[in-house]
Amino acid sequence: MWNQNKRTICNLLLVAALILTLVLIELLAPSTSMWFSVLRKVCTFALAAVSMNLLNGFTGLFSLGQAGFMLLGAYTYAILTIPVDMRSNVFRNYGDSLIRFQMPLVPALLLAGLIAAFFAFLIGLPVLRLKSDYLAIATLGFAEIVRGLVQLQNFGPVTNGPDPINMFTAPKNILVYAAISGISILIIVLIINSTYGRAFKAIRDDEIAAEAMGINLAHHKRLSFIISSFFCGIAGAMMAMCNTSVSSVSFTSAMTYQILLVVVIGGIGSISGSIIAAFIFYASSEWWLKFLDLETYTDAGAKIPLLGPGFRMVVFSILIMIIVLFFRQGIMGTREISVYDGILRIKNLFMKKSVKGGVKDE
Amino acid sequence: MSDVILQIKSLNVRFGGIQAVNGISMDVKKGKIVTLIGANGAGKSTILRSVSGIVKPESGEILFEGDNILGLSPDAIVARGITLVPEGRRVFPNLTVLENLKMGAYLRKDNYDEDLAYVYRLFPRLSERHWQLAGTLSGGEQQMLAVGRALMSRPKLIMMDEPSLGLAPLVVRDIFSIIRTINDNGITVLLIEQNANMALKTCHYGYVIETGNIIMEGEGEQLLSDERVKEAYLGKSKAK
Repeated sequence: MWNQNKRTICNLLLVAALILTLVLIELLAPSTSMWFSVLRKVCTFALAAVSMNLLNGFTGLFSLGQAGFMLLGAYTYAILTIPVDMRSNVFRNYGDSLIRFQMPLVPALLLAGLIAAFFAFLIGLPVLRLKSDYLAIATLGFAEIVRGLVQLQNFGPVTNGPDPINMFTAPKNILVYAAISGISILIIVLIINSTYGRAFKAIRDDEIAAEAMGINLAHHKRLSFIISSFFCGIAGAMMAMCNTSVSSVSFTSAMTYQILLVVVIGGIGSISGSIIAAFIFYASSEWWLKFLDLETYTDAGAKIPLLGPGFRMVVFSILIMIIVLFFRQGIMGTREISVYDGILRIKNLFMKKSVKGGVKDE
Repeated sequence: MSDVILQIKSLNVRFGGIQAVNGISMDVKKGKIVTLIGANGAGKSTILRSVSGIVKPESGEILFEGDNILGLSPDAIVARGITLVPEGRRVFPNLTVLENLKMGAYLRKDNYDEDLAYVYRLFPRLSERHWQLAGTLSGGEQQMLAVGRALMSRPKLIMMDEPSLGLAPLVVRDIFSIIRTINDNGITVLLIEQNANMALKTCHYGYVIETGNIIMEGEGEQLLSDERVKEAYLGKSKAK
């Protein structure tokens, strides 16, 4: 038990250090710094990846409907937080918006999650009877249908049809994003460590045995699907804030695959893995590798070969392949990050003892 | 009739055109060990799965303590006090031993510390390894975990589907002595076995099943000495 306490304290310290770093970046970094846009995106997609991990990694349901639920969340949030006097301007092609009030940020976020969760409940009824690949195809289809429906002219007064929605509340402060993402992830972690979470993992490990233990499969799968979609909706709302504009064209299945990639790179079944992978993924694709897309010349005026538009994605894809080759289970596997275990390992390394990575608590 | 805890009446189960169980009727008396023996594909597992609600039978009746439980969902059946130890152990490999045991008590809202202590007393090995992932246990230990996990729901009737499958002879003996201990503690056991010798020695009453029909029944010792059983399941030829 004592070791367990030490482990918890070390992890709390890590979280505190992370928060401190974010505060320092917010206060000290120049306003043009890439840190801001990258960290906003990392917070958003860390939450999206963790919510996908709850479903794919912890319950064993292979769903690809993330883009659809994020779209629902993004639209709900955006539509509800446009200031009243801006509405006629945003919805000018459709006369005026049907909704004539503005909600504060937090209730709008919650509603974004709830709308996504409600749709998850509806499509979960038929779709969750399917297994593995078939479930993936059905949920992928759902995401595409939602994207198509939102663009319909008939829904114009509510969704602004194919035109983008903007002018809604979009905070710039990265601490707001970190708070929304952090609180949501904390709730997901608490769920995973509860009896429900254990039941999810049991279903993932062996459906027949789980059923024999008296776990109601349909009920628990639906529950996991709804919770995951709720947080997906919130991640969608955060994405709306990031982009300061919402348009259905940005919620493609390619985005779902990106999230899936983050989950796989981080480790299917590891929350901290998803967060770390989200950071590495978006920091390198949006920032660290950006220079590869620019045509660069040496002092002598000679063009450096290969550098140019599109080359970034080539390097990035190779990097992903390397990661997948060397970390077959993703960066974290199914483990969670533990500062205490890390310190122990380094200590043992110096004392030249053989080490075992096992987590034994007594 | 009050001493019959489980009564199956003319049970029919069909899988896509194949009659797996063909109008079987049988009784399990309270506090006894009852065994079903028979070759592969005889329909033994199907009977257990029907009782636990995982398989939906075509017709028939399954009475548990006098109530028809046919058509109830698996969780409702577990809640009534019937637990299945599935074939091939089926522990949750990525959960620890302790988490596996807690899953067994999933439907219970009351305190189960006492049952945990009881399971640890039965299987001291599980107590030593409670933090270990179940997937890293040996076959015998996984079988103990599967039995312990089933006991955590505090069942009135425990059904075991081939607990000796793929285990070393010494371990099989341990498992059977555990089955007797569990039974001595008042839990009725319905057992399926390929190891007919061991099963018939352990049980109070046995049924021999062949292609979906009961072809023989009787006390364990009686079946053990029956020529036809000997020939078919105990590997002794008639000529001897």
